[in-house]
Amino acid sequence: MSATQTQTQTQTLTPSMKRQRRADMRRNVFYLVLIGIGLVAPFVAYPVFLMKVLCFALFACAFNLLLGYVGLLSFGHAAFLATGGYVTGYLLASHPALTPELGIIAGTLVAVALGAVFGALSIRRQGIYFAMVTLALAQLVFFVYVQSPFTGGEDGLHGVPRGDLFGFISLRSNLAMYYFVFAIFLIGFAIIQRAVHSPYGQVLKAIRENEPRAVSLGYNVDAYKWVAFVLSAGLAGLAGSTKTVVFQLASLTDAHWHMSGEVILMTLLGGVGTLFGPVVGAGIVVSLQHLLAQSPLGNWVGPILGIIFVVCVLSFRSGIVGEILKSYRKNFK
Amino acid sequence: MTMIFGVPAAVFLGQLLLGLINGAFYALLSLGLAVIFGLLKIVNFAHGAMYMLGAFATLLGMRYLGINYWAALLLAPLVVGLFGMLLERFMLRRIAHLDHLYGLLLTFGLALIFEGSLVNFFGVSGARYPTPELLQGGFQLGFMFLPKYRAFVLAAAIVVCVFTWFMIERTRLGAYLRAGTENPALMQAFGVNVPLLITLTYGFGVALAAFAGVLAAPLYPVSPNMGSNLLIVVFAVVVIGGMGSILGAVITGLAMGLIEGLTKVYYPEAANTVIFLVMILVLLLRPAGLFGKEA
Amino acid sequence: MTFIKKSLTTAVALAATATMATTAQAEISDGEIRIGYLADMSGTYRDLAGPGGLEALNMAVEDMGGSINGAPIQVFSADDRNSADVGANTVREWFDTRNVDLVSGLVASSVSIAATRVIEENNGLGIVSGSAASSITNEHCTPNHIHWVYDTYPLANGTAKAIVDQGGDSWFMLTADYAFGHALEGDVTRVVEDNGGEIVGGVRHPFPTDDFSSYILQAQGSGAKIIGLANAGADTVNAINTAAQFGVVQSGQQLAGLLVFLNDVYAMGLETTQGLLLTTGWYWNMDDESREWAERYYERVGRMPTMVQAGIYSSTMHYLQTVAELGTDDPVAVRAALGERPINDFFSRNGRVREDGRMVHDMFLAQVKSPEDSEHEWDLYEILATIPAEEAFRPLSESQCKLVQN
Repeated sequence: MSATQTQTQTQTLTPSMKRQRRADMRRNVFYLVLIGIGLVAPFVAYPVFLMKVLCFALFACAFNLLLGYVGLLSFGHAAFLATGGYVTGYLLASHPALTPELGIIAGTLVAVALGAVFGALSIRRQGIYFAMVTLALAQLVFFVYVQSPFTGGEDGLHGVPRGDLFGFISLRSNLAMYYFVFAIFLIGFAIIQRAVHSPYGQVLKAIRENEPRAVSLGYNVDAYKWVAFVLSAGLAGLAGSTKTVVFQLASLTDAHWHMSGEVILMTLLGGVGTLFGPVVGAGIVVSLQHLLAQSPLGNWVGPILGIIFVVCVLSFRSGIVGEILKSYRKNFK
Repeated sequence: MTMIFGVPAAVFLGQLLLGLINGAFYALLSLGLAVIFGLLKIVNFAHGAMYMLGAFATLLGMRYLGINYWAALLLAPLVVGLFGMLLERFMLRRIAHLDHLYGLLLTFGLALIFEGSLVNFFGVSGARYPTPELLQGGFQLGFMFLPKYRAFVLAAAIVVCVFTWFMIERTRLGAYLRAGTENPALMQAFGVNVPLLITLTYGFGVALAAFAGVLAAPLYPVSPNMGSNLLIVVFAVVVIGGMGSILGAVITGLAMGLIEGLTKVYYPEAANTVIFLVMILVLLLRPAGLFGKEA
Repeated sequence: MTFIKKSLTTAVALAATATMATTAQAEISDGEIRIGYLADMSGTYRDLAGPGGLEALNMAVEDMGGSINGAPIQVFSADDRNSADVGANTVREWFDTRNVDLVSGLVASSVSIAATRVIEENNGLGIVSGSAASSITNEHCTPNHIHWVYDTYPLANGTAKAIVDQGGDSWFMLTADYAFGHALEGDVTRVVEDNGGEIVGGVRHPFPTDDFSSYILQAQGSGAKIIGLANAGADTVNAINTAAQFGVVQSGQQLAGLLVFLNDVYAMGLETTQGLLLTTGWYWNMDDESREWAERYYERVGRMPTMVQAGIYSSTMHYLQTVAELGTDDPVAVRAALGERPINDFFSRNGRVREDGRMVHDMFLAQVKSPEDSEHEWDLYEILATIPAEEAFRPLSESQCKLVQN
């Protein structure tokens, strides 16, 4: 398109820098368009539904940080989602003076702390073992939440006020709440984007591709993985905390191992190891559940999700965004 | 009355025996998982669903075909095993060359399909399967009343476990299987049909789960969700025993049954969780599991 | 004089109804009566309410002719998957995008508590039919919902009291380890002790549990006459099955199932459950009126209705009749009118809706028949006694509900 124009302007740059710069610009435009869509979305679609999508998108992005960029499949991420939710919910419900952003920060911090412990316990394992250890740890967390009086057990934790952001912006209206959630999502997404594109992210990818080589290059591989784990746990906690404020409740569903399975499905469907894959995957899975639950096919949500799982694994492993990227690279580069 | 840790000796002994019977289920299921993991290197998330299908095959066989319990004991594992072989041949094989985590995800999806679909046909209340006439009633052991059927479950499970162990450790087929676990490429070069071996192995592992399902049918309500929670516990058992270790799976299965049984006396609320605690401890101390070899 | 007065009042009344009728048309919001049915359609509680409950609701709508004063009745449904956030979210959406007039169904207690909060926020109307937690009209009461069929209080009151009266004065409690189980255990303990019995032991089992053999063995070792099952659904079924295998009844102990539904008994079979005492809000075979409705339901669904499914029909019918009488579907007006109205139909006897939202009605003590006494596959209970409405439920004097002045 405007290739000649760009060329004349940047004659002093090397070709690779030019390509990089063009890619950056394209990406920035792309991001701006997406943010624009995000800003008008609540006028087109139902805001609470969009908030749910955003919360799960953030959750899936956090999960993908671990699976897509470190190559670790956690089967216990529900624990962090639930922890963020319960802590935030409990604090906000029992301390009416607390503002929602402080509640969310507290929930996220507790999830970070839990992630630090779980990470230290599990990070040395790989592959199936890692999946199983995280699953076991998450089961322990589930047990604690079933038993603890503060979670309300099976009944759940109810009556969390949305409150006033910073003490003066009421979140009672769905629209105000939506923009707050959108901002949180953007912050979370930006953190992941920065982490992935930073030198730190490059090391993570190196570890994923060839761990022994990374070790021989002198990287403290376990420390890198641990940091990624904690980051991922924290962001999952952030998603859970936000979700609790939106829905004004926290329940055991978020702590159940099925939730850990669901987030894998979202990531896999959208595209493992792509930035936007989990967002697309979460959007599709949440919409699907939403549409199916109110249709005559409502009883078939489980099997339909199962079929998507199977199809994804058998013939669609790069996920939707992954496939798009592939064909884009093939055709435009 | 003699007391053991604050519990009457009779109750204590009874709990140990019951724990062992539950352990027999864990042993059968984790044995199947271990056999599959050994050769295919995948964690079969559909194992719980296969256990459930075994129980359903028994129930439906009786309802619609008039097949009695004893025939089902043989036929149900056979049918489910064949079904498993089809799944292996047409699905798992296509992803065999990929990261083994994909196998876990594929089988997870399959489990969702089987369990969710059956819910729509049979509901969730569960159906009752009568205890075979020969095994009704029970033995008065002095310290407890032991239903005959439970004694039979324990015996049958042990027989099958020993038989499996014998097959794998003492027969030619077992030798192939072990060699295939070590180095499938070399086996193929020696002229062994490794893909067939893999299909058979998956079928056999699944058949073990279905066998456990048949044993469970008269004990628990036969419902589509009967395998899903059990499965997670059995995973823990396999990890504790050491993934892929045949002997480890059986011994750990029985041992975990005992530990769970004792937990039910001293801290019943934690009965569903204690195994995960053990698993974490074991992995911290012996990362490859109690009977596993360090990779 | 009196004649004039009389005719005057009649005239005023007529005028009033006339104005009501004319404004009525306008007062059906959006010109439609919209009923949302929220229930577990695929999980643990599916057979209790689920698709059958929706069918019952549709029957009520059809029996009303599908419309009221020309305003069509629209029904939509959703599966809450037993998840409080899915449930609350669905109800919120129904208010925000469809302006729902009545939320019906509501099964798992956690979902009901979450959903009724959303209903209160939106000043709508909800009728809870499936939940057991008595807290729904106690600490979680709202002016915007009614609890129709049963709750844990009469379950304990009916079953436990009857058993103690029959001489079952020492109890071992088998309790599901979560809020519902604890509440039921608390209620039973109170009833047993108030009536001169005692609780000699108990065990809290994880929820859910498949294998009850260990707990049954502990119960056998306790020497209690009665083993009380403070659990529900699959747990109760498992416990009763296991008890039968271990010869509990033969060795002289008796089981008391505190929350047992028709579908549970049907699933377990009479061989296993015979003699079990239970409390129910309704039984399909209890009288001609019930049988008549149940047989219509059976035609459509192929199973006999549980008390919850019958309750859904009953509550929907009363709702629709009230709307028709008032000429408006305004939730506050309908709620107030339901509170004035005697609730009597095939399902409810001596019923009324209290200010805390509890619909109190006669409950029944039933016993599961033996296989010999049962005439066909759904002939499962024998009704032993009636527990009068005012005695069955928690008295308002003990209420912690914010709407009740104590």
